[in-house]
Amino acid sequence: MIAFTLNKQPTSLDIAPDTPLLWALRDALNLTGTKFGCGMSLCGACTVHLDGVPIRSCSTPVSYVEGKQVTTIEGLNDAVARAVQDAWVELSVPQCGYCQSGQVMAATALLRTVKHPTDDEVSVAMSGNVCRCGAYPRIRAAIHAAAGKLDANG
Amino acid sequence: MKRRNFLLAGVGAGGALFLGWSLLPLRQRLRGSAPLNPAAGGHALNGWVIVGTDDSVTIVMAKAEMGQGIHTAAAMMLADEMDADWAKVRVVPASIDAIYNNISAITEGLPFPPESNGSVVRGVKWMTAKTMREFGVMMTGGSSSIRDLWEPMRDAGATAREALRAAAASQWNVPADQCTVAKGVVSHAGQSLTFGALAALAPSHLPTNFTRKTPAQFTLMGKAMPRIDAEAKSTGRATFGIDVRVPDLLHAAVTMSPTYGGTPKAFDAAAAKKMPGVVAVVALPGSRYGDQAGVAIVANSWWQAKQALGALNVTWEPGPNATLSSVQIQEQLRNAAMTDGGFAFRSEGNAVAALAGSAKVVEALYEAPYLAHATMEPMNCTVQVQQSGVSVWTGTQVPNFAREAAALGTNRSVQDVTVHPMLIGGGFGRRLDVDFIAQAAVIAAAVPGKPVQTLWSREDDMLHGFPRPAAASRLRAGLDTNGNITSFVTHSASQAPFQMYSRRVGFIATEYGPDRTVAEGTWDQPYEFPAQHAAQTALELAVPVASWRAVGHSHQGFFVEGFLDEVAAVSKTDPYQFRLRLLRNHPRAASVLTTAAKMAQWQSAPTPTTDGRPVARGIALHASFGTIAAHVAEVSISNDGKIRVHRIIVVADCGFVVNPDGARQQLESATLYGLTAALYGEITIVNGAVQQRNFDTYKPLRMDESPVLEVHLVQSAEPPSGLGEPGLPSVAPAVANAIFALTGTRLRSLPLRLPRVAAT
Repeated sequence: MIAFTLNKQPTSLDIAPDTPLLWALRDALNLTGTKFGCGMSLCGACTVHLDGVPIRSCSTPVSYVEGKQVTTIEGLNDAVARAVQDAWVELSVPQCGYCQSGQVMAATALLRTVKHPTDDEVSVAMSGNVCRCGAYPRIRAAIHAAAGKLDANG
Repeated sequence: MKRRNFLLAGVGAGGALFLGWSLLPLRQRLRGSAPLNPAAGGHALNGWVIVGTDDSVTIVMAKAEMGQGIHTAAAMMLADEMDADWAKVRVVPASIDAIYNNISAITEGLPFPPESNGSVVRGVKWMTAKTMREFGVMMTGGSSSIRDLWEPMRDAGATAREALRAAAASQWNVPADQCTVAKGVVSHAGQSLTFGALAALAPSHLPTNFTRKTPAQFTLMGKAMPRIDAEAKSTGRATFGIDVRVPDLLHAAVTMSPTYGGTPKAFDAAAAKKMPGVVAVVALPGSRYGDQAGVAIVANSWWQAKQALGALNVTWEPGPNATLSSVQIQEQLRNAAMTDGGFAFRSEGNAVAALAGSAKVVEALYEAPYLAHATMEPMNCTVQVQQSGVSVWTGTQVPNFAREAAALGTNRSVQDVTVHPMLIGGGFGRRLDVDFIAQAAVIAAAVPGKPVQTLWSREDDMLHGFPRPAAASRLRAGLDTNGNITSFVTHSASQAPFQMYSRRVGFIATEYGPDRTVAEGTWDQPYEFPAQHAAQTALELAVPVASWRAVGHSHQGFFVEGFLDEVAAVSKTDPYQFRLRLLRNHPRAASVLTTAAKMAQWQSAPTPTTDGRPVARGIALHASFGTIAAHVAEVSISNDGKIRVHRIIVVADCGFVVNPDGARQQLESATLYGLTAALYGEITIVNGAVQQRNFDTYKPLRMDESPVLEVHLVQSAEPPSGLGEPGLPSVAPAVANAIFALTGTRLRSLPLRLPRVAAT
């Protein structure tokens, strides 16, 4: 039995401890917002927050999150995440949208730690998240827009 | 014989009947063969729209949404003509019906030069349209969606509007033409009724005639509208094929022959069955659709299935292509391009002879590699085989072929299969193939009654794709003593992707004859050459190739535009001015080029990088899918010898733009997809097997390498043309031409690699 907190809810799973967190989320818990892209931490589609820090769930054994706080795209609901998601919609960031759960998770984590990231800081924080549709310029613009919005809201 | 093929054969044979049929107009595309079957409270007004008593307007979508924004733009077209309230609009996928068949992709794909409009050309297009209306397939691809939907979806909206107007008029007992319709409400002299209040009445008031709006009357079309799928895709709620979760779902992982045409020699099914969660081990025979032979494991979770694959201990019989090598293929392609043969797609002005009479001849050999589509969502398909029928949930660009593949895999009739199209996590041409659907059907048939989701790993996806063909081209141009082009001669060599595809899926119309997609981009450009000869040699090779974003244009654009830049340099002319002189009678193309040059401040020197390295610009123009696009790229070389693209200007004229923001997004997307291929893209084959495995060996462009993009759409009142692909072909040559301007080195092979020099 692996016990952890998932999106603020206590969760326990009877699952092989080496199962990657991604498959525990998608197949055992039917939380499909977190996506499978590469299985090797190369694309970021599977990004979730572990104790608030973005991690790649495809390469994290579920045993590693025992006793910790896991947040998925389904559980994002603070002011920073809302600002990010609003900016994503206003700037029509997604195309196919498959990578966007991971992009939103990475961008939210960035804006929680850096209020006004520079372009270089955005590049560093977001370069682990691949988008084959090429949403990068809009992702960059949306992160700056979300930062501005959070500022305006104090 | 399949029904479609049988009917096509019949069309060829039935002389008098055929003649009579050919004179009839294109059959209507408004009402399907069976009426829509809306949920309670919904009333269908034709095959494209349902009005709900709750005021909802449900638009039936014939095209797959794979990122290109078609669900938004197509909904705008219908909702605008209907005068619906945009806030009440939602979309649902269409079931398979001939009214949704893609006509434009085929008629616009006929091998006629863009400007030809003679009676023969018009006649062939007319007959092709009629044939596709009856015997074609639903298809999302070829940058055809807006063109294909431009009339039927607007007509569907306009007739729905008139039905609602007439229904209201009958309630008030006033003439319908005195009622106005706006934002989902019909009004007359102070009284009004919403679409919802009229929904039940409207089907008995369908009009016999109607008129489409003029552009001045548009309320949605032409305005930048936000995507209707943006919120679902920003919150994790969008449901892709991989997200299908039906009760009692089982999961399958597969292993397939690493070599094309190989088979499993031996595997230990008993050992795999002992692994946790395993339900079944299924031998995969492979099929005509291109899925390779292999073994599948069905388990309670995908991870369990994947883990159990290791216990199979599969050994492989490599099959007939064990020595296939992309290095050897490139050599074959180069040799073929250097011959004098090939099928001439265009030959005017005795071009080859004109070369000999020229003051100077410029010649170069260009090359491009195989490429993977590498969609973010790996291939997957969920199938449930029941006595009552077969259900298929998947992301596909071709629902008809998906249905046929599932029927083959489950050994059921096509009528037994229902396809539920899902959102697509990237297509780029990959999901025109239905190999993974045929395979998923075989797997599900082994556990009857149970729904099974077959999912490929990234490695499966990379190894078992259908690559863009590798290609080589010999280009020659004659120059007179003033440096003007006298003759332009190309001979390219590659496999024929659409022909090979057509044979896999059984699309008889394009299984034989010259494949336009291999040579497009050479003979169909707006340049005014006094003499031109564009030939192509199609090689039959074992690599199962397919359409990749922009298809033939994706490499021919690089070849032609890189080479023209060379010719400009030899004639000592500015490459922008050189192109402009070849476009005297092509004002749309000239305007696109000029706009790009102006936006880039072409005449002024680019600013060096912040650390003082020089920056140079390159320019390229390319016409594809009815649209003209140009790129200007600003490039530097980093201190460690890497190509750095700082800024790209992209300009396009695609006729009337339905959703300007969606159109800009497509130009951004095609530019960055093309830039990835220009800088990194290469699939290599050694001993019959693809060498690349994941995003480490098949590198995608990332945020830190993504240049500043400046996008401009030329205002136009012409009918809309394609946009999903036209923003791609001129990217690579713009970058290569900038590298030449910067270093004097001409790169004639993709991906672009600088010759190794010591770091400065």
